[in-house]
Amino acid sequence: MSATITPPPKKVNRIGLEVLSYKGSKTTLCAGCGHNSISERVVECFYELGVEPWKVAKFSGIGCSSKSPAYFLGQSHGFNSVHGRMPSVATGAILANRNLLGLGVTGDGDTASIGIGQFMHMVRRNVPLIYIIEDNGVYGLTKGQFSATADVGSTQKSGAPNELPPFDCCALALKWGATFVARSFSGDKKQLQTLLKAAIAHQGLSVIDVVSPCVTFNDHDGSTKSYSYVKDHEETLHELDFVPFYQDISVEIPEGEVRDIELHDGSHLRIRKLDRDFDPTNRLSALAALEEAESNGEVLTGVLYVNTSRPTLLDVLNLVDEPLATLPESRIRPPSAVLDEVMEELR
Amino acid sequence: MSTLEVSPHESSSGQPREPVINDFSIQIATVNGSGSQTANSVLLRALFQMGIPVCGKNMFPSNIAGLPTWFTIRASKDGYMSRRKEVDFLVAMNAETAREDVMKLDSGAAVVYDEPLRLKELRSDLHFYPVPFDKLVAPVCPEAKLRKLVRNMIYDGVVAWLLSLEMPEVRNALVKQFGKRKAKAAELNWGAAQAGYDWAAHTLTKTDPYVAERMNATAGKIIIDGNSACALGAMFAGVTVVTWYPITPSSSLVESLIGYLKRFRHDPETGKATYAVVQAEDELASVGMALSAGWAGARAMTSTSGPGISLMSEFIGLGYYAELPAVIFDVERVGPSTGLPTRTAQGDILNNALLSHGDTRHPMFFPSSPRECFSMVGDAFDLAEWFQTPVFVMTDLDLGMNNWMTDPFPYPEKPIQRGKVLTAQDLDNLGGFARYQDVDGDGIGYRTLPGTNHTAAAYFTRGSGHNEKAQYTEREDDYVNNMDRLAHKFETMRKHVPPPVVDLHDGASIGFVAVGSSDYAVRESADQLRNEYDIQTSYLRLRAYPFTEELKDFIRRHERVYVVEQNRDGQLLGLMRLEFEAELIAKLRSVRYYGGMPLDARTVTDEVVRQEGQ
Repeated sequence: MSATITPPPKKVNRIGLEVLSYKGSKTTLCAGCGHNSISERVVECFYELGVEPWKVAKFSGIGCSSKSPAYFLGQSHGFNSVHGRMPSVATGAILANRNLLGLGVTGDGDTASIGIGQFMHMVRRNVPLIYIIEDNGVYGLTKGQFSATADVGSTQKSGAPNELPPFDCCALALKWGATFVARSFSGDKKQLQTLLKAAIAHQGLSVIDVVSPCVTFNDHDGSTKSYSYVKDHEETLHELDFVPFYQDISVEIPEGEVRDIELHDGSHLRIRKLDRDFDPTNRLSALAALEEAESNGEVLTGVLYVNTSRPTLLDVLNLVDEPLATLPESRIRPPSAVLDEVMEELR
Repeated sequence: MSTLEVSPHESSSGQPREPVINDFSIQIATVNGSGSQTANSVLLRALFQMGIPVCGKNMFPSNIAGLPTWFTIRASKDGYMSRRKEVDFLVAMNAETAREDVMKLDSGAAVVYDEPLRLKELRSDLHFYPVPFDKLVAPVCPEAKLRKLVRNMIYDGVVAWLLSLEMPEVRNALVKQFGKRKAKAAELNWGAAQAGYDWAAHTLTKTDPYVAERMNATAGKIIIDGNSACALGAMFAGVTVVTWYPITPSSSLVESLIGYLKRFRHDPETGKATYAVVQAEDELASVGMALSAGWAGARAMTSTSGPGISLMSEFIGLGYYAELPAVIFDVERVGPSTGLPTRTAQGDILNNALLSHGDTRHPMFFPSSPRECFSMVGDAFDLAEWFQTPVFVMTDLDLGMNNWMTDPFPYPEKPIQRGKVLTAQDLDNLGGFARYQDVDGDGIGYRTLPGTNHTAAAYFTRGSGHNEKAQYTEREDDYVNNMDRLAHKFETMRKHVPPPVVDLHDGASIGFVAVGSSDYAVRESADQLRNEYDIQTSYLRLRAYPFTEELKDFIRRHERVYVVEQNRDGQLLGLMRLEFEAELIAKLRSVRYYGGMPLDARTVTDEVVRQEGQ
């Protein structure tokens, strides 16, 4: 006689998938790398929200950060492309199939140096895409050279200081038209989760700059992108809560303290005020807050800006509702009468 | 209708002349930006409508206004479409170049010129027709600021009288040129053309021998530039994503395409577009977008010229290795770097064949006429998707931007080919797939598109080493296997690219090989060699790379094969040298021209004769 053991029911999300369906291959990044934490947040968020993995397309450029799409969402197509050119790769794929949920992962070298041009033009076009910058201030894969987001005075492992001012990718994104701009810290699990979920619900370009310390080349005293520096200097703008579209939101909102922003899919981003007044729908005040934080040596985290009204590139192009990639021949090859008409004009 | 009787005449050089009918070239020298394009097109069209084979070539500077520009029209009863070096009939409207233009003419040529330029005193062996343009334009164009444009139409009238063009055809050409919406402008210009014609009829005495006479060699033909033909080819190939960055001489390809797409590719019910066009920030972005659009299943293309190709190099290497379909138009111009941006060349052949770092090979299509541009573009899109790789369509400034008389385009017969794409249903049946596995023995793997609703659909695309299952690897055997499969795929392609057009002549011991716009000069040169030197030649016109067996056979059966191309170093020949055995290479000879003008037959003939030792 053998006892029948009933296995405990498997935990699944609202579309019946286990968390395993959202995992990728084993990471090859260093133990303790901030990027691994971000990958974990991606797995959690897509799982918890019940996003169909096959609807997601992952994009990256080149660098440590850009390897990470292999480490999450193994059931989503992925494209690890060319250094600094991920914005164009993501743009092309989304043009081909507007139903894809695009998720781009890049680094500070990939975006702020070699890719700054493509980054800016992607921002300008408001390409519907989640664009995560895993920002550690150094080139990890080539062993620790400064990137263009390293702060003035921040030192390399050898002690050599950075002498040129940094690009603030959030400020650039704000200035030129991104419609969801946020900064976070790889060590801040709850905030990063909420931001990611809001970005998934947002229709338009979401730029999330995540300070993600490089444990091997930039986690020492003197670095302004180390775990300890960010913990000591993080200035949190507000407390965030995300209510997905499929959840009841009848809970009363206390007036004056919580701001509710409805996102495109009907989800809500709830922003609870901390000690300062900050309006995340005011681009200029967001820019001013970033300036101020920079001069105080602070890392300002939270939602810097949300704009739910600016049209995306797909709206501007007035594309048909179906993916261009799978339109049938009858809709992409005009009939012979059209050729006849054109030939007649040329006679 | 006026027909002018031209009898043999004592010319100013004292030589009696027989009329030269439908065999001359007209050169109109103007200043860039003076609006002469309309007048030149009207002359071209009027000849065309009289049934006379014509081609028009615009030699323009890299400048918007103020520098010299030359438009040449060749009328040829024999249908020769290549550039003729000799100018028979000069219209000198540019004070800056007029003297040099006149001094370059062969004895016996005719010159219509603006009277104040006083060109007549330069030479005594030409036929001069001074025209007081300013005096003539004032009465027909009361608005002073339009006179600069309208005076061009006066030379049309004068030339029409001198060459016996039929004025009703000039009028038809004008109406066609301006379209219905600009009827008023057409009338104003028609008035000017008539004024020129009437003045010439009353004032001039024709002394040159050049005459246009109605014939019937253009019926059913169309006039179009190669860029517009490529654009039409792309629209009927079902292009869905177009990304580009402006560059001469390729800009007008996409601009023309945008015009056609706006007219014919919007959903009739919703008004929405079945295509996306994005003007990118540079060529790096435009090719990145095109390749990833192809990755995601679009019929994707970009268009550029040499400098843009250089910028695309890294991405196209990725396209080869990650196996991404896209069509890349290269409208070649003179390089390197900016080179001569408004002059023509075939200078990207070797570069594109092997573009990017590492071991890469890319297919190239070489259309030689607008009609072939149209049909080959469809083939290029199909090949890109079948073979999952970037495909180059190689034209040049001469083919792309100049006006060509060509047969109308046939509607594509073949359904659009989308290649080996697995659907969710296929995956259910198969239980899964390995992206880079050679299932069919042709080197081509199966792919899925992102967005395919199946747990086994996804794979990871990367430029880094990968195995059959698209997994990251640095193993040498995986890398070598994959590279060998890619090489095998390229071999398979030889049987699927457009074969060459072969014209064999009995007893010919020498042959020509050429691509693209060189075709016209080569065919005319073959006639010159036969008629003037009694040299018979065969001809193989290559239409694609990778080379096919026909090319080797052609070389084998001839003693010497002249590879004609428009670059300094013999790039096409160099490409053959990379692949062919020594005894074939030993038979190859090189005819090269790289001065930036469209290739002419005489240059080819003279070089062949020199090398043949005659």
